[in-house]
Amino acid sequence: MRRLVVLGAGTAGTMVVNRLRRRLDRARWQITVVDQDDTHVYQPGFLFIPFGTYQPGQVVKPRRRFLPAGVDLVLGEVDRVDTAANEVLLTGGRRLPYDYLVIATGTTPRPDQTPGMLGPLWRTAVFDFYSLDGATALTRAMERFDGGRLVVHIVDMPIKCPVAPLEFAFLAEAYLRRRGVRDRVEIVYATPLPGAFTKPIASARLGSMLDERGIVVEPDFLVERVDGESKALVSYDEREVPFDLLVTVPLNMGADYIARSGLGDELNYVPVDRHTLRSTEHDNIFAIGDANDIPTSKAGSVAHFSVDVFADNFRQHVDGQQMTGRFDGHANCFVESGDGKGLLIDFNYDTEPLPGTYPAPLVGPFALLKETARNHWGKLAFRWLYWHLLLPGRPIPLPAHMSMAGKHRPSTKEK
Amino acid sequence: MPVTTIGTAEVHVDAEGFLTEYDEWNEEVGRQLAAAIGIELTEAHWKPIRFLREDFVQHGETATLRRVSTVAGVPIKELFALFPKKPAKKMAYIAGLPKPRGCV
Repeated sequence: MRRLVVLGAGTAGTMVVNRLRRRLDRARWQITVVDQDDTHVYQPGFLFIPFGTYQPGQVVKPRRRFLPAGVDLVLGEVDRVDTAANEVLLTGGRRLPYDYLVIATGTTPRPDQTPGMLGPLWRTAVFDFYSLDGATALTRAMERFDGGRLVVHIVDMPIKCPVAPLEFAFLAEAYLRRRGVRDRVEIVYATPLPGAFTKPIASARLGSMLDERGIVVEPDFLVERVDGESKALVSYDEREVPFDLLVTVPLNMGADYIARSGLGDELNYVPVDRHTLRSTEHDNIFAIGDANDIPTSKAGSVAHFSVDVFADNFRQHVDGQQMTGRFDGHANCFVESGDGKGLLIDFNYDTEPLPGTYPAPLVGPFALLKETARNHWGKLAFRWLYWHLLLPGRPIPLPAHMSMAGKHRPSTKEK
Repeated sequence: MPVTTIGTAEVHVDAEGFLTEYDEWNEEVGRQLAAAIGIELTEAHWKPIRFLREDFVQHGETATLRRVSTVAGVPIKELFALFPKKPAKKMAYIAGLPKPRGCV
């Protein structure tokens, strides 16, 4: 019996076991997936909770419901991976031997990594929204906020869903306007990047959307600490950004067991080959989803498109063949812009987000890098798609590799 | 890619002036590039620059500030003092490496 162990039953891990259970002979392959708890959260939904659009209960379901028959779910905490013995050690002493290991434990916001962040202001004036508790606590703070400085902030890149803080800023601006208090609020967007986003054409477009909404960008801002006394972010180059309400995206890091196992880089991400997602150190270890170090967005769409490639490659790999699929870094993200509209961006390792249209059967085409109501409805409809098609690994008629169909490169003037 | 002259060396650069060929760099080119952005290189500057050069060979990527701080042991605060305002970009420029992507 050959043994596949998957660490993490989130978006990537759940898709992996669903795809591979169908592809691997049940008589010859045992599949085990490990997670700390039985709660699967729909993370894209966190963004909507602080504005009352979604209730916490709408984004949570049991993990078990999305795992196929023939896959064992082990609830427990990973202590470390012993790569020499090919074993996963759980806290408490249980050992899970493997022939192949897939690491899919994602990335986690770590407010403990910034001095002062977890001080007395945590969850009273300082909030995160990338956790169910944080997003829920922020709902009450947003309801009560009726004047002062709202600072939306990113500690450092990379972060999962890198457009989410922009979306939060757009949605907060619209929300405060709707509540009639917008003119009493100053909104600041503090980012370690030189502009609104990472890629030039999208950054220019999203940057002008911040301008139009009167949101001030504080660029190249790398926070050193949160000063609770003066209620300010302080950067390494000693700039201060004062706030009344701070919505921050803490430093994102891979799981600590990855560091304990000697498998990670300085942020506990597993170095992999960017086209096959196989560990650069170990032939029988792969890292899928946010847990790896590939240079594209940490996003569910990337997990989805890369699992498409990985599932076929894995069969070849275990049969002793060359892996022929090559992941291209394809990412695809809806960007909420407020007032019932949104944008869509589609890109990969080599091609930055471009304007144009994105063809999608039945529901498309969606406009790229342009605000439309259809993009907003696409984003909301995605929640259904996620639970019913994506996680179970059912076919979704979107190609894994990015296509240039419908895209165009703006002339320098248009930029 | 355009070719430009740095001191006496002919080098290939991108639109922003970052060297595109790893092997066209040497310490003299580094000194000239630093001077072009108003930095006189001291031993304190050379430590992270040399780390970036070595790390790039192993990983094929320009190290982020956090990586320089964690792996090479130069605190981020010091990097800001040595290469004011945009340390990641300035260090990559001087070291003849691509801008760190850290940001995708």
